Formats: sequence, structure tokens, C-alpha cells
Amino acid sequence: MNLTLKIWRQKDAKSKGKFVTYTLENISPNCSFLEMLDILNESLIQKNEEPVVFDHDCREGICGMCSLYINGRPHGPDDAVTACQLHMRKFKDGDTITVEPWRAKPFPVIKDLMVDRTAFDKIIQAGGYISVNTGGAMEANHILIPKPAAELSMDAAACIGCGACVAACKNASAMLFVSAKISQFALLPQGRPEASERVMKMVKMMDDLGFGNCTNTYACEAECPKSISRSNIARMNLEFICAKASWE
Amino acid sequence: MTELNSKIPKGPVAQKWSNYKAHQNLVNPSNKRKLDIIVVGTGLAGASAAASFGELGFNVKIFCYQDSPRRAHSIAAQGGINAAKNYPNDGDSVYRLYYDTLKGGDYRAREANVYRLAEVSNAIIDQCVAQGVPFAREYGGSLENRSFGGAQVSRTFFARGQTGQQLLLGAYSALSRQIKLGMVTMYNRHEMMDLVMVDGKARGIIARDLITGKLERYFGHAVILATGGYGNVFYLSTNAMGSNTSALWQAMKQGAYFANPCFTQIHPTCIPVHGDYQSKLTLMSESLRNDGRIWVPRKKEDAEKNRQGLLKGNDIPEEDRDYYLERRYPAFGNLVPRDVASRAAKERCDAGFGVGPTGLAVYLDFKESIKRLGKHVIEERYGNLFQMYEKIVDENPYENPMMIYPAVHYAMGGLWVDYELQSTITGLFVAGEANFSDHGANRLGASALMQGLADGYFVLPYTVQNYLSAEIKTPRMSTDKKEFEEAEKRVQDRMAKLMSIQGSKSVDHFHKELGKIMWEHVGMGRTKEGLTQGIALIRELRKKFWSDVRIPGKPDELNVELEKANRVADFLEMGELLALDALNRNESCGGHFREEYQTPEGECLRDDENYKYVAAWEYVAEGEFRLHKEQLVYEETEVKARNYK
Repeated sequence: MNLTLKIWRQKDAKSKGKFVTYTLENISPNCSFLEMLDILNESLIQKNEEPVVFDHDCREGICGMCSLYINGRPHGPDDAVTACQLHMRKFKDGDTITVEPWRAKPFPVIKDLMVDRTAFDKIIQAGGYISVNTGGAMEANHILIPKPAAELSMDAAACIGCGACVAACKNASAMLFVSAKISQFALLPQGRPEASERVMKMVKMMDDLGFGNCTNTYACEAECPKSISRSNIARMNLEFICAKASWE
Repeated sequence: MTELNSKIPKGPVAQKWSNYKAHQNLVNPSNKRKLDIIVVGTGLAGASAAASFGELGFNVKIFCYQDSPRRAHSIAAQGGINAAKNYPNDGDSVYRLYYDTLKGGDYRAREANVYRLAEVSNAIIDQCVAQGVPFAREYGGSLENRSFGGAQVSRTFFARGQTGQQLLLGAYSALSRQIKLGMVTMYNRHEMMDLVMVDGKARGIIARDLITGKLERYFGHAVILATGGYGNVFYLSTNAMGSNTSALWQAMKQGAYFANPCFTQIHPTCIPVHGDYQSKLTLMSESLRNDGRIWVPRKKEDAEKNRQGLLKGNDIPEEDRDYYLERRYPAFGNLVPRDVASRAAKERCDAGFGVGPTGLAVYLDFKESIKRLGKHVIEERYGNLFQMYEKIVDENPYENPMMIYPAVHYAMGGLWVDYELQSTITGLFVAGEANFSDHGANRLGASALMQGLADGYFVLPYTVQNYLSAEIKTPRMSTDKKEFEEAEKRVQDRMAKLMSIQGSKSVDHFHKELGKIMWEHVGMGRTKEGLTQGIALIRELRKKFWSDVRIPGKPDELNVELEKANRVADFLEMGELLALDALNRNESCGGHFREEYQTPEGECLRDDENYKYVAAWEYVAEGEFRLHKEQLVYEETEVKARNYK
């Protein structure tokens, strides 16, 4: 395949960025999208130019590090995959592909396609856990959990924290990410004792960090590589209202 | 010369850990506040250790090269975690888990460490459930188990095909809680560059802020390395792109010994290699072997037609299929341990029965299970894996059998540690995949997660405390000390040297070349000639690297190529040691197969008389290593030939 790439290049957080056009020839359709970028970088190094910086690590769709906005969609044109699992067979010979970083105020660009997502860590630190110390646990099977609840909890827990939901949202809302963690614990008996405190703290942190509100377009769900359901947002709202009522 | 003292406590194997805990020294709460611990790596071992130390009241600093601690590669583990709960009432016990693990490791692990691992396994499950890890459940609400390779019981706990993710997020949440409480300070996008020694003890690290490129100095009363394995020395592996051995290698240059580097695990069920541009290999969980049957065509002409694309797997009739694992190993069948399954696949492909365009693949077939259980059951059990396969290979595994081939997956070897997980450097502890201690020559499936969390939650909090009890009078040191300055200078000089080369080839070029040499000469079937040749080739490549690598940019800025160059420089030395260790070990055991040493049936031929030892290598100079031996003593268990027939 022969391709034209329009890639966002930005020197650092303070500089102004711009699109730079590159062309690539003879790309195999079995190549992954990131391997295609590797080939581009190899050619840039040969020409003594600076390679394109992008985040990636596991390259099997689970670490959540890759974060490319490809042709106007987080993680690109395929459904329910991360950019590292996207393969070039999803494109056509002669295509022009636009690659940008996540665009959201709480995710500032570090360089080129790399953004800072420590805001997500801060939200988890605000309350995304069950407060149990090592060694302080009871026998595992003393907590019986109905299979459907465990399955729903697992559905929510599958979130990889990549931030595609925020990048997809016109409000840069983090509701899908936050609600996935709230739901995982709210659905389990172990998570109930701290449920109201957790939702209050995490939502407050989310707001303080500048993430927008939810206006129910569900772009987050459509673009989530792990197909996290928007029903988690409803569950979080319910938890929030109940918590607020009981606090007041 | 450092003496290899494994410090195994006295008494019967089942009481050693209790005896240790009963007699170890503790640190009182007011002194804990005065002690600093550095943890490098935020995978299962690192995150769980840091969280536990924070809870105890120590000051912890933790480092990872990724943008968040939640990205560590433990997250990619799929199948499950073992524990001796015996919920299915199928005959499991702590002893049996210990025995299976020791036998699975081909009697090259330390008895006392393995027993302790089995002993704390149940507490790990309790801990994870309390943290809210959504393990699979039975309809009655209790925990569900499945079976894994090398065991005849079902002792594996799992969260779909994402067990590593869920356990890591559990440890990450515990870590996040301690960060919030101010007990742990997190340094993400920081890479450890060197170890700082003061008066013969590990006292800190030099780290590079990967965003600014600046070198920073950090002090700790103790340093814990939980930096994972060295599988990427083969370039193509199931490891993450950033996984590296540099922290271990720098520690080795300061006096830590590297143990059993030739014990590397080639995982039997990975998606086969398909092109030169390929950057990594993807694992298909071992759990698939619960319901999938492995086969190749019985007739060579069928295999040939298949490779030419003229005959599909589905069109080969039942009687013309060779279920070679079931044929060779009737007792364990498709659930033989990984080393055995990998070698058997290679044997069939080498003999001309391989399938797919390259001929380097075998089939993993679910047709029978789908017929027996229904597609929905298979989907519920392995849905995400099937989806992953389809995205990569562009073929539907519900309809066509999967194609798989072995790939580098895990490193059993690592830094040498004693029973307390302390290396030959006083005050330097090593946990998880980074140490050598528990898996011998081959790791069983679902045991890596067990070991990572055992070390972090239940071993280090005791043993490091025992060490720190003698450090309560050591005040925090200024990082202006000359030892820190010297270490920083070492790092600076090396980076300056790398940057000054300005040759003609990229870092990746050299990494790929190294990978080819390793796979070809130090891979699944090793010979004296091949290894000797491999060592010569690695040395030659290392020379070329140091004269012809091209790194754009500057050292004091974000520079991904420089990061990679630092890691590959160390792999180019480590690869040689791996080959040297393989050459030294004139026997076949576990993942280490020397073609000269095999039974007439092609099984491993161990030499217990001469090689029942841990090979611990001391760094003398570049390309020069001194061998130390820790003889393995088996008091509890009789050492036998491994038999899965």
C-alpha cells in the first residue's frame, strides 16, 4: 500500500504544533498501525530528522498507553480496538491518514502525539479503591457474589484507562472512565461500605481537573476500545444522587 | 568475593517460613517513619510491595518508565493465578502446589522458596477479593477455578482472559491509596539508570526524567528492583516494547550476580510471526488448551498443500490429523507444561508437518469443544482472546482452527537472591520476574502472577523489615554525596558516548539483528557449536553498535531513541551472558534444551550429578563473567525425571 500521512508535530507543551505530511510506500496490509509508524520513524532517522513521538507499550491492546486520534476517531476506524491492534488492512491503497494526539484540556500535549494523562491517576487516587491493608482480608469464599453481579463488575473493570472516551467527547468528559471504576466497586459487596464517599470524592476530583460534563451523546461508548457501557454513567449518577442526599 | 549464602531457615520445609517470621527483627512505628525505600517498577511485585510498605508506615518512592503505574506489563497476563485453596475438592493442597511447581521447574528451583510461595498463595486470593478484583464466579456466588498446564487439579483463579489486568489494577488501587495518603511518592515517566552504592550497600538510584531528559538522584535505605524479565533480548517476544533488563544489568555491574540467565520460557501458544516489520508477538492464553486441541496434518503432502494455500485446516479429515500432544503425553495431553508443548510444536514443524504460509505454525482447534459446550460457552470463556486473534490474523477462530507457534514469553532467570530476596548487594532486593528464585528451569502457567504478588504483599514486607531493623540509626543521606555524583557521572558519560557515535543505523536495526542471533543460536534448540557461534556474532554486533548507531536529538530532552539505545546496549551484553550460561549448562532441563542432551524419545536429559546448581554469574568486565555455584539441596522432595506421559 502507498499512503500519505498528515501527522501532528509539536516540539513541546509550550510550542505551537502543526501538521506535517509524509509519504510511505509498500506498506503491508498485515502491518499494524504502530508498525507503520515504526517504518516511518526508521525512514526519518535515516534522513537525520526527528522521529515522531507517540505513546505505546504492550502492543496487544491492554496497557492503554497508545493514544492516537486517527482520521477523526480515537484509535482509528476499526471498532472496539486500540490503535496498536489496528491493522493497515483497514485502510486502502492511496489513502491519506490524519494522525493527531488526544485533544482535551486535562490531557496536555507533551510532544507530537504524546499527551499527559496523569489526571486519570489523580482521579483514582481520590477514591478509586477499597481501603483494605495487606493481610487484612477474610477468607475469599466468605464473600459470595452472584455471578451476574460479578460479570457486570468485570465488564466495567475491563477499562484500560486510555482516555479515548475523553478524546471522543465534545465536552472532554471523563464520565465513562470514572463511572467504570465506580461501577466495578458499587456492584460488589466489598465496595459498598465506601461507595458514597468514593463517588463524591472521585466526581469532585474529575470536576476539579477540568473534565467536562456529560451531555449524553455517547461518543465515549462508541469509541471505547473495550466497549465499556454507558449504563455505567447512569449507575454513577444514581450513586452520586444517593450519596449527596445522604450527605446533606 | 561474595559468598553465596542462601540463608534458608532451619527446620522442615513446611515450617521454615513460620520459623523465619517468628524470629525476624521488626522496626517500631516511629522508626519506620525515618526509613526510605526505593521501589523500581510498578508491576504486580513492585506495586504490591510499595503499597504494603506504605501501609506499614515506611516512606516509599516508586518509579516506572510508563506514563502511569497501571501500564506495567503484568497487565497483559491473561490466564490466571494459582492458589492451593482446593475449592473444587479435587485433591489440591499447599504441598501439591509446591510439588507441581518444583517438578514443573525441572528441579532447578530452591525448595524452601517454592514452598513459601505455595504457602502464601491462598492469602493472595483473599487479598485480591477484598480489593474488589472481579474474579469469575460460580452460580452460587463462590469462586470458580480452571486447570492449567502441569497440574492435574483445577487451582487457577481467573478474571476472563484478563487476570493480570485485574490483579494489577488491584495492586495499583492499593498503591494509589498510599500515594493519596502521602506514604508513597510516584515518579512516572522516570527510568532507573544506575544504582548508587555507599560503603558497600545499595543506597539509591540515578533516574532519568524521560520528559525533560534530566538526571535525578534519589536516596533509599533499601532499594527494591521489580523491573520484570529480559525476554526482549530476543527482540520479538510477548513482552511490552519498553520491557528491558537495564536496571538488573546496572545492578550487576555494581556487584549483583545474575542467576540462570539461560532459563527462558518459550510459550507454546502465540500468534505466528508474519513479516519483517513485526515489532512484537501476541500470546494466546494457555487457558485455551483447556478446550482447544493441538494438531498438525498426519500426512506430509497435506501439510505441503496447506502451506501453498490449497488445503484448509477444516478440510483435513479427522483420521488425517495428528493430535501429537495427546499421542505423546496421554496423561496430561494438551495440558503438558509449556516447555514440553513448545518443543513438541517445533519438532513437528521441523519435521515438515507445520501449517500456514510459513510452515511455522500448528493448529489449536476448538471445533470439538464448540460442539460439546456450545459457542456461547467458548465465547464467555475466551471471547476477548478470540477477538484479539481475529483482529491480528484476519480469520475467524470460531470457524477455522487457530494457528499458533511458540514465542519468547518469560524469563525464569534473573538476579540471584537469597531466601530474603536480597541480592549479593547488601540492601538490594529483587522481586517478581526480575529475580530467579521460584520457577527453576520452567515456569508453570498462572504462577507468575502468584509469585509477583507473593513477593510484594507477603514476603518483602517481612524480609526488608528484617534488614531495615539494623538501619534505624542510619540517617537519610544527602544526594550531594560523592557516591551519587560518581554514579550520575557514569550515566552521563555513557549517554554522551552513545550520542557521539552518529553512525548510520537505527537502534531498532541492532535490536532486530540481536534478536535474530538469539532466536537462531540461543533459542529453543541449543547446541555447543550454535552457542559458540552465537557468542561470536553478538560480540561482533556489539562492536558495530558502539561504532555505527545513530541517535538523533539531544540527551537533555525527551529522546525516545536514546532511551532505546540505553536498553539495547545492555541487551547486547546480556545476550552474551545468556548464551554463555546455556553453553556452560551441559544438560537439558525445562526451557533450556541442548540438542546433545536428550533421551531417545526427544525428552530433556538432565544431569543432576553435575548441574543440580544455580549458576550465578559475577560481572568482571565487558564480556567477562565469573561463575559461582549454589548447590541445590532437596531435603523434602525426591528428585526424579519429569514425566507427563
